[in-house]
Amino acid sequence: MKNILILGGGTAGTMMANKFFKALDRQEWQITIVDQHKSHYYQPGFLFIPFGIYNKSDVIKPKGDFFPSGVKVIYQEIDKINGEENRVSLMDGTSLKYDYLIIATGTQTRPDETPGLLGNEWRKSIFDFYTIEGAVALQQFFKTWEGGKLVMCIAELPFKCPVAPIEFVCLAEAYFTEKGIRDKVDITYVTPLAGAFTKPIATKMLSQLLDEKNIKVVPDFYLESVDNEKKVLKSYDELEIPFDALTIVPLNMGSEMIERSGLGDDMNYVETDKETLQSKKFENIFVLGDAANLPTSKAGSVAHFAAEILFENMMNAFENRPMTAKFDGHANCYIETGYGKGALIDFNYDTEPLPGTFPLPGIGPFGLLKNTKINHYGKMIFRWIYWHILLRGKEMPIEAHMTMAGKKETID
Amino acid sequence: MAQVTLAGQTVEVNDEGYMVDASQWNKEIAAEMAKEQGIELSDKHYEVLEFLRSTSEKGETLTIRKVGKSGIVDIKGLYQLFPGGPLKYSSKFAGIPKPASCV
Ligand SMILES: Cc1cc2nc3c(=O)[nH]c(=O)nc-3n(C[C@H](O)[C@H](O)[C@H](O)COP(=O)(O)OP(=O)(O)OC[C@H]3O[C@@H](n4cnc5c(N)ncnc54)[C@H](O)[C@@H]3O)c2cc1C
Repeated sequence: MKNILILGGGTAGTMMANKFFKALDRQEWQITIVDQHKSHYYQPGFLFIPFGIYNKSDVIKPKGDFFPSGVKVIYQEIDKINGEENRVSLMDGTSLKYDYLIIATGTQTRPDETPGLLGNEWRKSIFDFYTIEGAVALQQFFKTWEGGKLVMCIAELPFKCPVAPIEFVCLAEAYFTEKGIRDKVDITYVTPLAGAFTKPIATKMLSQLLDEKNIKVVPDFYLESVDNEKKVLKSYDELEIPFDALTIVPLNMGSEMIERSGLGDDMNYVETDKETLQSKKFENIFVLGDAANLPTSKAGSVAHFAAEILFENMMNAFENRPMTAKFDGHANCYIETGYGKGALIDFNYDTEPLPGTFPLPGIGPFGLLKNTKINHYGKMIFRWIYWHILLRGKEMPIEAHMTMAGKKETID
Repeated sequence: MAQVTLAGQTVEVNDEGYMVDASQWNKEIAAEMAKEQGIELSDKHYEVLEFLRSTSEKGETLTIRKVGKSGIVDIKGLYQLFPGGPLKYSSKFAGIPKPASCV
């Protein structure tokens, strides 16, 4: 028997368990998956909870529902990986041997890394919608909030789903307009980036959008601390931004288990070959999803495209063939912009998000970098696709590699 | 892409003035670029630039946090050395590409 051990049963780990279980001979291979938690959250749904569009029950299912019955499942916190001995130790003192290891432990928010963030105002007037607890607390808060300064701040790069905070301010704008108190809510978007987004063409489109919605952007703001008494954000170069309600994307970091294992960079992301998805330190360790230090977005769509490449490469590795599949960093993200509309970006390591159309057999085409109704439906349908197709490792009618079809190199 | 003369040497730079070929770099070039920004480079500045160059050479992504952990300066100190855009300016003066914070 050979052992494939998967660390983390979130989006990435669950997809791989399903793919390998279908493809491999059960007499020859044992697949084991380890996760510390029993609930699977549909994280893209967290965005909608503060506005009462979704509730907790819309985004939660037991992890066990998505693991094939022949896969061995262990619910335990992982202590560390010992790559030299091909062994993983768990917090309960037991250990597991592997022939091949997949690290899919994702990224976690770390509010504890910013002084003052976990102070008296935490979850009273300061909220994080990147966790279920934070999203639910914010829904309660918004229900009775009468307005004031609403600040959305990104603590540090990189963070998962880089469009989520932009979506958040757009949805907040629509929510307070519908409530009839938009004139009492002042919305500000605070980012360490030089503009609303990273790449020039998408930044231009998104800045225009925020401008139209009367949402202020404060760029180049690098958060040092939060003053709970004065209710201000402080930057390293001593600027201050006052808030009445703060939503924050706290610092994102990989699991501490990665640090304990000596496999990560200074943010605990695993050093990974960006094309083969193999760890840079051990030949039989592979990395998928947010846990990897790839120079592309940390997003479910990226994990999905990368999963196809990883599957092919590991199947090759099992039979000592060269790993010929190469990941191109493909990401495809719907951007919810409020009022039943959305935008879409599609890009990879080398090509920035471009305007044009995105072909999708049966449903599309979707407008790229355009604000349309169909893109909003794309986003809402995605939850069904996530539970029923994506997690189960089934084929989707989208190529793993990015295509230039429909894209235009200039803006209209 | 354009060619400019810095400290008596012709170097290749991109639209934003970042050097294209890190090997063309020397301390005098750094000093001249910094001067344009109104910054006088001290030994501390150079220590940071050398750190950025060696980190970039290893193919690692640069973040302000990483410089803050380097033992050379803390983040606040980095802001004081390169006011207005610590990583933006320091990487420019170090002759390496503008740090591409990923999308
Ligand atoms: C608000 C929000 C909106 C988003 N919107 C989108 C979107 O629109 N489109 C999109 O593509 N993506 C979106 N994402 C991102 C997407 O959810 C993630 O990129 C994706 O879930 C990553 O999958 P993963 O498997 O790498 O990590 P996760 O799904 O986070 O799984 C990691 C797993 O590892 C486990 N784990 C970690 N450390 C340990 C340990 N030491 N021991 C045991 N278990 C451990 C965790 O319990 C977890 O189950 C969004 C995310 C958020 C937060």
